[in-house]
Amino acid sequence: MRRNWWLTALMAAGSLTVLVPLYFTVVTALKTPEELAGAGFDLPRNPAWGNFAEAWELTNYPQAALNSALITVGAVALTLLTNSLVAYAIARNFHRKLFKGLYFYFVSALFVPFPIIMLPVVKQTSLLGLDNQAGLILLYVVYGLAFNIFLYVGYIRSIPSSLEEAARVDGAGTWTVFWRVIFPLLAPMNATVGILTFLWAWNDFLLPLVVLSSPDAQTLPLVQYVFQSQFNTNHTVAFASYLMALAPVLLVYVFAQRWVISGVLRGSVKG
Amino acid sequence: MSRAYYWMVVPAFVLFFLLHTVPVLQGFYYSLTDYPGYGEHAFVGIRNYVNLFKDDRVLEAYLFTFQFAIVATILTNVIALAVAVGLNARIRFQTALRGIYFIPNVLAILIVGYIFNYLFANSVPAIFGGTNLLADPDLAWIGIVIVAVWQAVAFNIVIYLAGLQTIPEDLHEAAMIDGAGRWRRFWSVVFPLIAPFFTVNMVLSAKNFLQVFDHIVALTNGGPGSATTSVSLLIYTGGFQGGEYAYQTANAIVYFVIIVLVSIFQLRILQRREVTM
Repeated sequence: MRRNWWLTALMAAGSLTVLVPLYFTVVTALKTPEELAGAGFDLPRNPAWGNFAEAWELTNYPQAALNSALITVGAVALTLLTNSLVAYAIARNFHRKLFKGLYFYFVSALFVPFPIIMLPVVKQTSLLGLDNQAGLILLYVVYGLAFNIFLYVGYIRSIPSSLEEAARVDGAGTWTVFWRVIFPLLAPMNATVGILTFLWAWNDFLLPLVVLSSPDAQTLPLVQYVFQSQFNTNHTVAFASYLMALAPVLLVYVFAQRWVISGVLRGSVKG
Repeated sequence: MSRAYYWMVVPAFVLFFLLHTVPVLQGFYYSLTDYPGYGEHAFVGIRNYVNLFKDDRVLEAYLFTFQFAIVATILTNVIALAVAVGLNARIRFQTALRGIYFIPNVLAILIVGYIFNYLFANSVPAIFGGTNLLADPDLAWIGIVIVAVWQAVAFNIVIYLAGLQTIPEDLHEAAMIDGAGRWRRFWSVVFPLIAPFFTVNMVLSAKNFLQVFDHIVALTNGGPGSATTSVSLLIYTGGFQGGEYAYQTANAIVYFVIIVLVSIFQLRILQRREVTM
């Protein structure tokens, strides 16, 4: 097949708009403050690895990374286990008014912008003792219902119920049918929901900002915000900190790229 | 019918009601009071809503938010569509390039914003001269548009690419045999076929851009002055720090109604296009 090399070159040049800021982040994180003068796109003379150690100490990176990881993993795992279950019950009873009503009740929340509930939710979470990592996990799982129910219900309704009937004839109850028969069949949709929840929980800033009350609970993006005043006098350490905050998700992406793109795609084209 | 189905949905319903519906109702209730966020409050009817329309700060925030959202939505979709068409053509390294263009979608906007903040303040003036874009009240919004588009394009490219891949190859060939040029082929063959994807992208980007928050916190924090204060940011700062809890919940309700209206309006216009084309 004939390949268009001109277009390839053009598209490669365009991809520099993505790569150059990332390159800039890496070289700046490795410079000394004296090397910062000018445009800053040159390579560091002597990589200042110390910046990473300094950022690690200053922002208490292990704590923030642990919080982010805990919240993200918790949100993803619980979302997959619970949201699919709710969607299953709704999908298999869609002809009943109550379940159909429930479906529209959850999905209509997609139109409610977060700022409208932001102020009351902060009061509520602090009242219920949910102004911590566990509370944040709960909020991601519950708020995720709106979109995930929409995704799962559409998918489950396309699974023929003859598969379930076979299991029921063998004496399996509704719970067993779900976990043994349906849940494994949801694998592609689980991948989509898992990836979307992962990206949301890991990168979110506003919800942790308003919900978390203790500095010990802060996530990676939130920490970048909290330390801005100290970063302002110390740009190289700031960039080391940014890079360390971006690195985990970049690494995951490099290895699971194809999977991430197709997962996100399945979620949005459906929507 | 199995009773188990009820046990599957009841806990979710209770939690959702408690953590989502109750706050919405509470917000609506507070919007009718003079609650400052602490202490006592009294019922004031629709006074907050009336005051919103007389408040220059609020009107400016809506004006800025709309200006930003319109420009960013158009730019994002034009650029994403162009890149997707390029990626869908017969080029080398297709998968690798697609992977690179998608990177911004997995990064935290706040952190991306801080990186661009430094670029605007230091690198851009060092290369092109001039001063910091973000420090100019008239131009700061452009900086926010650049970062927002940089990030949002990634997602929209993938959607358009999926749309383009649904078009059968022989349609192109048929149009080519009919003597249609490149440009003509795009507008009469390709674009109508990906119109549903165009609708999805336009509605989703407009909805997301109208809620812009993280970008602004990282780039300008609403300044210089209040030049780049978006509605979300105003609700946040006024509600949590300005003692305007009740007033800003009223603002949030109005904002919610506007977002729903914009989405419905877009869907109507765009879907009508889909049908007629």
